[in-house]
Amino acid sequence: MSFPWAKQYTPATEFGQWMDEKLPVPRLIYNSLGAGYPTPRNLNYMWNFGSLAGIFLVVQIVTGIILAMHYAANANIAFDSVEHIMRDVNSGWMIRYAHANGASFFFIAIYLHIGRGLFYGSYKAPREMIWLLGVVIYLLAMATAFMGYVLPWGQMSFWGAKVITGLFEAIPLVGKPIQELLLGGFAPDNAALNRFFSLHYLLPFVIAGVIIMHIWALHIPGSNNPTGVDVKGPQDTVPFHPYYTAKDGWTLGVALIFFTILVFFLPNALGHADNYIPANPLSTPAHIVPEWYFWPWYAILRAFTVDFLFIPAKLLGVLAMFSAILVWFFLPWLDRSLVRSGMFRPKFKIFFGILVVDILVLGYCGGAPAAEPFVMISQIASAYYFAHFLIILPLLSRLEKPEPLPNSITESVTGKPLTTAS
Amino acid sequence: MVRIIGILIGLFFSGWLLISSGMGAIEYFSNPPAETAEHEFHREAKEISFASDGPLGKFDRQQLQRGFQVYKEVCSACHSLRLVAFRNLEEIGYNEDEVKAIAANWSIGVPDADPNTGEMTTRPGLAADKLPLPFANDIAARAANNNAIPPDLSLMTKAREGGAPYVYSLLTGYIDPPANLPEANQPGPGLHYNPYFANLNLAMAPPLAVEDQVSYSDGTKASIDQMAADVSAFLIWTAEPKLEERHQAGWAVLAFLLIATILAYLSYRTIWADVKAEKKKKVSDA
Repeated sequence: MSFPWAKQYTPATEFGQWMDEKLPVPRLIYNSLGAGYPTPRNLNYMWNFGSLAGIFLVVQIVTGIILAMHYAANANIAFDSVEHIMRDVNSGWMIRYAHANGASFFFIAIYLHIGRGLFYGSYKAPREMIWLLGVVIYLLAMATAFMGYVLPWGQMSFWGAKVITGLFEAIPLVGKPIQELLLGGFAPDNAALNRFFSLHYLLPFVIAGVIIMHIWALHIPGSNNPTGVDVKGPQDTVPFHPYYTAKDGWTLGVALIFFTILVFFLPNALGHADNYIPANPLSTPAHIVPEWYFWPWYAILRAFTVDFLFIPAKLLGVLAMFSAILVWFFLPWLDRSLVRSGMFRPKFKIFFGILVVDILVLGYCGGAPAAEPFVMISQIASAYYFAHFLIILPLLSRLEKPEPLPNSITESVTGKPLTTAS
Repeated sequence: MVRIIGILIGLFFSGWLLISSGMGAIEYFSNPPAETAEHEFHREAKEISFASDGPLGKFDRQQLQRGFQVYKEVCSACHSLRLVAFRNLEEIGYNEDEVKAIAANWSIGVPDADPNTGEMTTRPGLAADKLPLPFANDIAARAANNNAIPPDLSLMTKAREGGAPYVYSLLTGYIDPPANLPEANQPGPGLHYNPYFANLNLAMAPPLAVEDQVSYSDGTKASIDQMAADVSAFLIWTAEPKLEERHQAGWAVLAFLLIATILAYLSYRTIWADVKAEKKKKVSDA
């Protein structure tokens, strides 16, 4: 961390001294998560979800490694091997339910974390790289979650795999070969199951690697804060440890309480009944839906029902679905408002509120059957989604008059001006 | 440049979506979709509660044994329970000798190689065996059941929306087709009308047709309703045998987390006390 008032790491023991000279891992930890990282003092609870997402990634990796010890990635026995885990492996039911619901909790945390970034302008200079790496993490997490859902080889696993890989078929010329390459065949079968299992095991470690870069990039400018105003002096900050470790610590407890309620008392509430039926290529479920965390994007995919000139509606839907997330890569350059925090942008605040409702509506429509009136509603909601990022934000940064910003973080918290003498 | 391209793409996507939505709306309101008979006549599962419901739920072993008896004497003629082993029956209160006897006396033998000739044959069941399947393969199952495969019941209460109440409703829900049922939805040959089934007609004939179809050893009156409820409860157990363990562990984990969270909260308050105190002055100064 570049702030000159950051506490310096001093090894307390001779061994610590020795280690610090050879391989300064303790210094690295001290400077990234310890007292050596001065953090804005005014972070609200929306800043707790980054570390929570990281912890749930660890939960997923640990439970996943244990599951992989008992699971068999073969289309003939995958379904039964999952039931073997549920019935015969000691506490296997707990590990599996924790893994299945842990994915949902990871996405809850990551969505709130992204929403925090969107509202408080955490994607703006000088933090663009943190944001870009975050979008990469999100894309990798989606791929990982999708492939993980295929592994139990139930009806929804099979048909989900068929629908999602079928999207690539819409790409002109190369679509069909790409789909066959992804599946290792013409339809999901043993080859697809095996490669999905292999990649499902690999990608979380890639995510962990990108998270390291995400945190590295964070430590160059330091954390954003609810005012969006730059840190100006030592009074504006507190050391990450113990202040934010304690704050993250107790909210982790709250999150785990909710997680426990889900895992032990409502373990199948977020799942789909059809996935307890073994995969059957000859019987299509009445309606195929992905897991809840994909519903908004699924709604955008299905919102395109009319061909545009020579472009088929299906291809438009696929392009739009990918664009809906890829647009985040351009966000730092689409929104040119110099004010970071939405707290001081009266019009942005309203549009952001609409966006949140809009995404919830999209989510609801994505989970509903593809019939009217849900199609109409998701068309209007998708139109707003694109308009928000591509039209409203670029124009708003010119048209909006932001409210005056506080002089410093300290002043906004205590009401007294920051004394620069330190 | 990014913004100009962005605005153009945005105008295209949003514009086309709004046009599509308008076209959809015109179609929807000028030509509203007719309600399907499946939707009109379909009924939601009946309300029924089981001892295993809720976070404190436990199995009623007496009921599970009755349910097992219904499965054994009625359902098992057509429906497999392939994920359940005879040894698992000890979990619903049978002792080791009873389980061995149940396995040995099961109506169908377990397919195995003859130890002397190596020819495929059947032998009496052992406690370690999974319950034997009623049909040798899917083709045999189809041939014996009007071309419909009787599904495996092991996970049935988790594999259907509505769970055990749905199973109970289906078993007790057979009625004569209503007079105003459209021709297309009348039960065809070999089909039976049941408004709890998604497409209203199913191939399974009413399995629980008369009172006292099974005679319960614990003296419970075997009404159709009672048999349906018992077998549904039994199928909750087959689908989720670790339910009691799960509920118990859940309370222990919650108790631990509650205490840990309170302690973590208190330490958070202590650590932040000095920083918070500065913040409070703002209020008193004002």
